[in-house]
Amino acid sequence: MSVRFCGLELAHRVINGSGTFDVIAARKAFGRALDAEFPFAAYVSKTITLKPRPGNPPPRLWETPAGLINSIGLPNAGLEAYMRSDLPQLTGLTTPAPAADRADGRSPPRDRAERFPVPLITNVMGSTAEEFARLVEACETRAEIAAIELNVSCPNVRTGLDIGADPGQLERVVAQLRPRTRKPLIVKLTPNTADVASCAAAAQAGGADAVSLINTLRAMALVRSAAGAPASAWLGGGTGGLSGPAVRAVALAQVATVAARVSVPVVGMGGVESTAHARDMIDAGATLVAVGTASFRDPAAAARIADGLARGRRGAAAAGAAAQPPRAVGVAGERAGEDAK
Amino acid sequence: MAPFTRRRLAVTGMDELGAYRVLRVADPDAPEPDPGQFAMLAAAERWGGGDEERPYLPRAFSIARRVGAESHFLLEDVGPGSRRLCELQAGERVWLLGPLGRGFRLPPARRRSLLVGGGAGIAPLAILQDGLAGEVVVLLGFRDAARAQGAGLLDGARVATDDGSAGHHGPVTDLLAAELERDPLALVYACGPAPMLEAVRAMCAERSVPAQLALEAPMACGFGGCFGCTVARRGGGYLRVCVDGPVIDAEQLEHVDPHAGAPA
Ligand SMILES: Cc1cc2nc3c(=O)[nH]c(=O)nc-3n(C[C@H](O)[C@H](O)[C@H](O)COP(=O)(O)OP(=O)(O)OC[C@H]3O[C@@H](n4cnc5c(N)ncnc54)[C@H](O)[C@@H]3O)c2cc1C
Ligand SMILES: Cc1cc2nc3c(=O)[nH]c(=O)nc-3n(C[C@H](O)[C@H](O)[C@H](O)COP(=O)(O)O)c2cc1C
Ligand code: FES
Repeated sequence: MSVRFCGLELAHRVINGSGTFDVIAARKAFGRALDAEFPFAAYVSKTITLKPRPGNPPPRLWETPAGLINSIGLPNAGLEAYMRSDLPQLTGLTTPAPAADRADGRSPPRDRAERFPVPLITNVMGSTAEEFARLVEACETRAEIAAIELNVSCPNVRTGLDIGADPGQLERVVAQLRPRTRKPLIVKLTPNTADVASCAAAAQAGGADAVSLINTLRAMALVRSAAGAPASAWLGGGTGGLSGPAVRAVALAQVATVAARVSVPVVGMGGVESTAHARDMIDAGATLVAVGTASFRDPAAAARIADGLARGRRGAAAAGAAAQPPRAVGVAGERAGEDAK
Repeated sequence: MAPFTRRRLAVTGMDELGAYRVLRVADPDAPEPDPGQFAMLAAAERWGGGDEERPYLPRAFSIARRVGAESHFLLEDVGPGSRRLCELQAGERVWLLGPLGRGFRLPPARRRSLLVGGGAGIAPLAILQDGLAGEVVVLLGFRDAARAQGAGLLDGARVATDDGSAGHHGPVTDLLAAELERDPLALVYACGPAPMLEAVRAMCAERSVPAQLALEAPMACGFGGCFGCTVARRGGGYLRVCVDGPVIDAEQLEHVDPHAGAPA
């Protein structure tokens, strides 16, 4: 049972969070298995900027209790190189339908399941409205790109934060970009703001077709060379962004308030590691769920979650969804069927 | 190529080797690893929690050896993740993703190979030694005699210790300098703490000796997804240790990043 999102047909509800899965690098690690078992229903590129960026100096990672602070700094080869060398390698991806969606309900080997095309969503960030306009116009000219995600929320880059955290400015920028493309525009909201629902409403008023959240929460880590020595920042970039299970409860609350405020579809993410977490996001109002940090622990995490959602849905149908609260049935069914994490 | 998911595997044994542990895991379906490749490991139970409320992410370990259907890893307890792995007992389970990364390129002709290791960084040199033909010289440096027992992982190693409690008193690069004096046509393969790797790099660069360095950077994923494991590349930009390495030709680096080495 496929899912519709902004006019796109998707195999299931689970996609990747921008910047957390590099298809081109993963092909080097996993070879043909990556394409055969591709886990995401749509593929979101890492953030692309007009000019190449080397990213932040190392160290770039700090592990927290059940989470990760990253200060990667949006390394990318720039718009021109993305269009020339990345795009051809990111098109033509397909993904198997979730195992439980087969008529007989049995899990076929994933390489023999029905397959769906994986639309490419290109995530872009400009430091000015003009830069954003050039990025969006460039995406508009390429048929390989199915939708555009605007990163107005990256906490590592000053301007991204400024645009996305101020509803007035956000609405103006989105409104300026809207006429430049017929492709769906997804606005990736920043969680580092007092009122995320107003930012979401501003994105919708500006013409966004969907909103996605949460991006990472601004965070830092201090270290001391010895007890009593002055503390210094561990991350090369000074501060970074927190992701993983540590942010899940915050993400759920933000997704719920945004979904209650806007009518466009919501992509929910932040700490999703299991089918039950994805189900929570959907119940909070998300149409799609994105998996980021969990893929670092298991590259196939998203496929496991998508399979679990489909199993839960079948379980609910079998138990007579009308007679019982579907949520309770779904959650119980999935927890039982899910792999140990 | 690694299978596209982590595998839940049984621990078959945990051996003591001086200050180190050798973890043995039954992995019958593992693709044959290249020397220098690594795996991301996590205990299947009790991974996280405890005083430090970590680990959360899996940890990278060089594949030290393949023996039949078993993979062997050399572990040093340096923090919550490696400590938990050191505590594993036969019958417990681990999650393993791999083999990952680009390993050592073996010499085309039968050139003399100099294997230079330091601390836990000796691990990938064991599987490399297993695969090398021709004359192989093994030079290993450790902090002290307890760690120097790790040299038992390789055959015929010559040892140096920082405190002089075993073998040569001084850095392992003293031994390397003497070897390069004798045979300037040798090829160097090195893995160890960042200062050792930097000394090896500089010594080889000075003498135009080709060197392959197995780097270690903090990693979240191990397969190119997070861009967290970078080291500066000569001429600008960064390399990702997990997909461009971990084995990197020394000439690609201006210097070995101080964060890019093994536990000493
Ligand atoms: C390719 C590769 C191969 C390796 N092979 C081996 C091997 O064969 N044998 C072996 O023993 N080791 C090996 N290592 C090193 C091993 O991965 C690390 O020792 C291990 O990850 C440490 O984890 P930990 O939880 O024990 O300690 P941590 O405390 O996580 O890490 C130790 C170091 O990380 C930093 N650190 C401290 N706290 C944090 C934090 N919260 N977040 C981020 N960094 C922190 C500090 O510099 C600290 O000294 C390899 C590493 C790589 C990349
Ligand atoms: C290492 C890393 C890199 C990221 N890079 C980007 C990026 O380039 N652009 C972006 O919009 N979000 C980026 N994100 C944010 C994620 O897409 C996601 O919003 C966030 O991590 C929360 O989801 P998670 O907890 O499932 O990881 C990055 C996150 C991580 C951990
Ligand atoms: S460890 Fe994630 S990119 Fe190398």
